[in-house]
Amino acid sequence: MKIMVAIKRVIDYAVKIRVKPDKSGVETKNVKMSMNPFCEIALEEALRIKESGMASEVVAVSMGPTQCVDTLRTGLAMGADRGIHVEATGALLPLSVARLLRALVEVEEPGLLILGKQAIDDDCNQTGQMVAGLLNWPQGTFASKVVLDKEKQAVTVDREVDGGLETLCLDLPAVITTDLRLNQPRYATLPNIMKAKSKVIKKFSPQDLNVEIKSDLEVVQVTEPPKRKAGVIVSSVDELIDKLKNEANVI
Amino acid sequence: MQNWGRTRRFLIYPAVNFLNNRRSNPIAANPVFNSAFGIRSAIRFQHRGFGSDATKIQRNPLFSTLNSEDISYFKGVLGEKNVIQDEERLLTANTDWMHKYRGSSKLLLQPRSTEEVSQILKYCNSRSLAVVPQGGNTGLVGGSVPVFDEVVINVSLMNNIISFDKVSGILVCEAGCILENLITFLDTQGYIMPLDLGAKGSSQIGGNVSTNAGGLRLVRYGSLHGNVLGLEVVLANGDVLDMLGTLRKDNTGYDLKHLFIGSEGSLGIVTKVSILTPPKLSAVNVAFLACKDYFSCQKLLVEAKWKLGEILSAFEFLDNLAMDLVLNHLEGVRNPLPPSLHSFYVLIETTGSDEAYSKEKLEAFLLHAMGAGLITDGALAQDINQASSFWLIREGLPEALMKAGAVYKYDLSLPIENMYNLVEEMRIRLGESATVVAYGHLGDGNLHLNISTPQYEDKILAQIEPYVYEWTSKHRGSISAEHGLGLMKANEIFYSKPTNVVHLMGSIKKALDPKGILNPYKVLPHSLSSSS
Repeated sequence: MKIMVAIKRVIDYAVKIRVKPDKSGVETKNVKMSMNPFCEIALEEALRIKESGMASEVVAVSMGPTQCVDTLRTGLAMGADRGIHVEATGALLPLSVARLLRALVEVEEPGLLILGKQAIDDDCNQTGQMVAGLLNWPQGTFASKVVLDKEKQAVTVDREVDGGLETLCLDLPAVITTDLRLNQPRYATLPNIMKAKSKVIKKFSPQDLNVEIKSDLEVVQVTEPPKRKAGVIVSSVDELIDKLKNEANVI
Repeated sequence: MQNWGRTRRFLIYPAVNFLNNRRSNPIAANPVFNSAFGIRSAIRFQHRGFGSDATKIQRNPLFSTLNSEDISYFKGVLGEKNVIQDEERLLTANTDWMHKYRGSSKLLLQPRSTEEVSQILKYCNSRSLAVVPQGGNTGLVGGSVPVFDEVVINVSLMNNIISFDKVSGILVCEAGCILENLITFLDTQGYIMPLDLGAKGSSQIGGNVSTNAGGLRLVRYGSLHGNVLGLEVVLANGDVLDMLGTLRKDNTGYDLKHLFIGSEGSLGIVTKVSILTPPKLSAVNVAFLACKDYFSCQKLLVEAKWKLGEILSAFEFLDNLAMDLVLNHLEGVRNPLPPSLHSFYVLIETTGSDEAYSKEKLEAFLLHAMGAGLITDGALAQDINQASSFWLIREGLPEALMKAGAVYKYDLSLPIENMYNLVEEMRIRLGESATVVAYGHLGDGNLHLNISTPQYEDKILAQIEPYVYEWTSKHRGSISAEHGLGLMKANEIFYSKPTNVVHLMGSIKKALDPKGILNPYKVLPHSLSSSS
């Protein structure tokens, strides 16, 4: 069985982001970019399934400008077997990504499609659900535990939901999106980095996949949240009561 | 309290001080004395210090003791809030980070400006009151806490950034600024501090400068002697020396600021610092590597200097016992290179301006090193979080050692070829009685030798000192690479400096601080001060 993992190149999680002065978006020039943390977890899960013998191949997919190849190389260094790069400039919103993934699934025919639950740049949490809808496949989102049953061709997924944990059993092929507590991703070790150099990354364009990238959404403005006002240290209880009464008007 | 019998330990047992200092208050009225007996402190007794096998220190009888007039004067200068006699706060100010040294000061002062520091010092000098300058109190040689009842002058409230020039990268700030806060501020401006240490969350720049702190990036940016452009210092008699230049080049007369950098608060109190900061380069990469023996670590260092060249920004090493310790005692740490435990680990960091170029260069270097058998395995951090977790292993070592029990710390500069021989000899000497752990700034030839035992024990200390110092001296090393002398090594300076040089240091101290009120009993040998 083949597993396809979608990974996204985003601004590194630890970077302090700044909004561009023209408010059209976030500053990305000279900012460190890395693999989306949830995508790392997704790839790690795929690799573990392969290492347990239940899958034959892990294919990593990334979409975007040329630099996405760096992120794919990281994925290959972690242990993925092959990479696919869909080259597209301009904004790629979840629905377009879902359509592209559907096209790729029809080419590659994987038994499992694993994605991160959301990307840390847009926090959309939509792609996994949309592609499952387009493919008409079952979906297990916010997975915190994944157990494959090869015989029954099914997968049991524990989901983290607001009320607690929900366990679903899905027939393969299925879509899974991963949550934080699923696993701890491995580091890219030198022997794997070396092997990754000879692994193949295939390039596609949206036209190759017969998908038209059009967006129905337009980003109007991006602003920082309003700054929190600093607290005031009062010097006595009387002053505190005075402030509560006259300034905050709560007593 | 069987410890009372150990009078040869000059460490801060209030009863011993009481016996020596006949002018102190009776036991019952002494709050610090009482608190030392409290249950809260009982645990600390186990971690009680020991110091080196020096002669017992006596409190200098020429120093006065505090009286109520002094307190009133200080309150007049600083205000009520910044004259602290509260037990709990005094306990913190009296105890060093390692809980190894504890003084019995009864007064903590927190000035807010250079003017206030000057007034306090002038007064203390006229009254012959000994003082201890204090910043973040993260020093590891007992230099930042009182030995007896010296007044603690803590500059933490002087934490303003005065100016920053975005073009030249020159930062001017007060001595009480916490290093991490400066790093965060500079980050928004596109610059970084030229020094970085594990203690950055608490240590202050005034203390860093006074101790000439080294840290993790010295191999790239050099020492503070090179990066500090100017200082404002207050002398013992209250004189303010304004040497706060912001010029890269200024050859007008003797460059006195260098006297104060590394003087550990014994020549003057640093109140403002002007420092040159390097630009923040975006391409930072960290690799965590395993080597089979120490020889490979050395060869790797040589290769790194040649092949990584200008982008190398840190080269640290730790041995497998150190890795063991960190994995067992620190939370949230995992070995990047499972499953087998290797003999040596090396952390390499590169900082450059072009991400693709740097990564390619580092990868090429690592693959070449692996092919040549210099490294047996390694991991390359793929994002900032992974890089931080690699650094946590190295930076978390002092904390892990503290949690493991008692630790004897030695910070030595040695020729790189012989460095690890000392570790192996110490293991033979101590056998089963202690765990000898080694790590350090291999790039600078600096070994942090740490001997971990469940409890402090005299017979273990006897096996370590003076052998470690003699060994270091024989190889023309330094008995204190970056930690300084403080109280711990005040009498050991002769292992690394000749007698006439030390005597000249004594003369300089006498010239700048005739009454010897600044951080007494530390840095220079006690024999020097008693002879004068």
